[in-house]
Amino acid sequence: MVRITTLALLLAAVPLFVQSNHLLGLFIGVLFSAYLAQSWNILGGLCGQFSFGHAAFFGVGLYSSLILQVDFGWPAPLALVSAAVAGAVAGLFVGFVSFRYGLRGSYFALVTLAFAEILRMTASVVSFTGAGSGKYLPTRLGIEHLQFSKSGYFYFILVLFVLVHLLVLAIQNSRLGARFAAIREDEEAASALGVDVFRYKMIAILISSAVAGVGGCFYGQYYFYTDPHIAFGAAVSIEMLLAPIIGGAGTLFGPIVGAVVLRVAAELGQSLTGGVPGFNLILYGIMVILIVRYMPDGLIGGLRRPWALMRRRPTAATG
Amino acid sequence: MLTTQGLTKRFGGLVAVRDASISANAGDITALIGPNGAGKTTLFATVAGFLKPDAGSVTFGGRDITGMKPHQICDLGMVRTFQIVKPFGKLSVLDNIAVGAYARFPRRQDALAHAAAIGRQVGLGGQLEKIAAGLTVAGRKRLEVARALATSPRLLLLDEVMAGLTPTEIDEIVPIIFGIRDTGVTILLIEHVMQAVMRLSDRAYVLNEGHLIAEGTPQEVVREPAVIEAYLGPGAATRAQSFASRNAS
Ligand SMILES: Nc1ncnc2c1ncn2[C@@H]1O[C@H](COP(=O)(O)OP(=O)(O)OP(=O)(O)O)[C@@H](O)[C@H]1O
Ligand SMILES: [Mg+2]
Repeated sequence: MVRITTLALLLAAVPLFVQSNHLLGLFIGVLFSAYLAQSWNILGGLCGQFSFGHAAFFGVGLYSSLILQVDFGWPAPLALVSAAVAGAVAGLFVGFVSFRYGLRGSYFALVTLAFAEILRMTASVVSFTGAGSGKYLPTRLGIEHLQFSKSGYFYFILVLFVLVHLLVLAIQNSRLGARFAAIREDEEAASALGVDVFRYKMIAILISSAVAGVGGCFYGQYYFYTDPHIAFGAAVSIEMLLAPIIGGAGTLFGPIVGAVVLRVAAELGQSLTGGVPGFNLILYGIMVILIVRYMPDGLIGGLRRPWALMRRRPTAATG
Repeated sequence: MLTTQGLTKRFGGLVAVRDASISANAGDITALIGPNGAGKTTLFATVAGFLKPDAGSVTFGGRDITGMKPHQICDLGMVRTFQIVKPFGKLSVLDNIAVGAYARFPRRQDALAHAAAIGRQVGLGGQLEKIAAGLTVAGRKRLEVARALATSPRLLLLDEVMAGLTPTEIDEIVPIIFGIRDTGVTILLIEHVMQAVMRLSDRAYVLNEGHLIAEGTPQEVVREPAVIEAYLGPGAATRAQSFASRNAS
C-alpha cells in the first residue's frame, strides 16, 4: 500500500518535469502495458490459469466501447463501464466452457488462444465492427468524452494503473487471494480445504477480463482506432503474458518490472536495428528463455532470493 | 458420526473397494489398516467426495453425503489429508494453514490468528514463516494435518501421516493426534505403523484387496487369522499357530 502510493505520487509528478510528448508517450505506453499485464496477472499469476488469448477480453472491451460511442451515441464514461461488462461476459463464457470441463494448463491456454482467434476472424468479416477496415472514434476533446491532451491521457492511465494495483493488493490480502493461490498451487488440496475450485476460477477470470476490457476502452480513447488485428491479434496476448512472467507472475510488482523491461528492450531493439520487423519477437523470445531457465519466479523472485538468504543468515546462526 | 453402506469403487476391471460398510463413532479414533493396494486411500477419497462410488452410500452426521463435492463435505465438517502430501509449495507454512482456516474465518486477521494457533498445536510454531517447499518430510506431514485441522472439522481423515517418519518423529506425532481427539474431533486414520495403531485407535478395520476382512479393537484384529494371512501370505496363520504351540510345549 505504502509502496503503491509512493509510486503513484512519484508518477503523478512526471508531467510536471517531462515536457516532451514523445517521452510522455513512452510513460503512457509503459503504464498501459503494466495495466494489461496486471489484468493477466490476476488470472494467470494469482490463480495460476495461464491464458494465451487475453487479447480476447481486451478486444471485446475495445470494440464494444467504440461501437457504443460511435453507432449508439453512448457517452464515453458509460462506454467504459460497458467495456468492463463486455470483457467480463467474454471471460465468463471462456471460463465456463473451460473450467466446467476441468480444462487446465495448456488446454485452457489453447481454448483462450482459439477464442481470441475466432473473435479476430469474426471481427474481420461482420459489418458492425467495420470488418477489415476497422473502427474509428471521432475526436471530441473533453473529459466528458474521455479524450485528453497528452498529459491528460497520462493521468487517465495512471488512475487505471493505480486502481488495478490496489485491486490486486486487496485480493492478495484477502480470503479470495488465499484461495486463488491455493488453486494455483494444488487444486485437489484446495478443494479438500473447502475451496469451490470452479467458482473461484470463475471469479478470477471475471475480474481479470473486466480489467482487460477497461484496458481496451483506454486504447480506443487514446488511439481513436482499432481493427481486428489490433484488438484480437496475438501481439497483445503475448505482451500481456510476457510482462508478468518476466517480472514475476503472482507478485504485485512483477508485472510493472516486466512491462518496463519489455518496453525498454523494444525501444532499444528499435533503435539498434532501425526497426527490422520481427526483431522484437526474437528479443522477447531470448528474454523468456533466459528468465524461465535462470529465474523461474521472474526478475522479482530472482532478485529476492539472494536478498532473503542474506537476511535469513543471522537468524539461522542464532537459532 | 460417519457410516458407509456397501461402498464400492471400481477402476476399470479392478474393484478397489468392494461393498465396504464401516463406521467411525463420535469421539473415537478409528483405524483403517491393510496391506499395500488394499484400497484404503480409495475408500477415503470416495468418502470425502473425490471419487464417485459405483455403489453404496456415505452418511455423515445423519446426512446422506454420497456424491457431494469435496468442498461441500469440508463445509459440513469432514476433511481429509493426502498420503502423498500436497503442500502449497510456494506459500509459507502460515499461509498454507490459513487456506484451511479461511473455511471458517472469512476475515484475514481471524484466519491468520487461527492458523498460527493450529500451527503451534501441531508443532510447527517455529516454522510458520518458512516456505512450505522447504519443510522436511516430517514437517510436511504435520503441515498436512495442520491445514486440515484448521478447517475446524468434526471428522478428520488422516492418510498415513506417519509414513516415512523416524521412530522419534512418530513418538512426537502420537500425542498430537491424541491432543486433537481430546478437543472433540473424531478421527479416522489409515496407518501402516502397527505400533502406533495399537496405541492410538479405539477400533480398527482391516481391508484387503478391497474387502473388509476384520473389525474390532486393534488387539482383536491383529489376532484374526484372516488378517495375519493378508499380511504374511496364505497359510501364515496356521504356521504362526504351530510355531507358537511348539514353543509353548
Ligand atoms: N485413480 C486410480 N486409477 C486406477 N487404479 C487406481 C487408482 N487409484 C488407486 N488405484 C488402484 O486401486 C488399488 C487400491 O489403491 P489404494 O491407493 O486405495 O490402496 P492403499 O490401500 O491406499 O495402498 P497403500 O497402503 O499403498 O497406500 C490399487 O491396486 C491401486 O493401484
Ligand atoms: Mg494409500
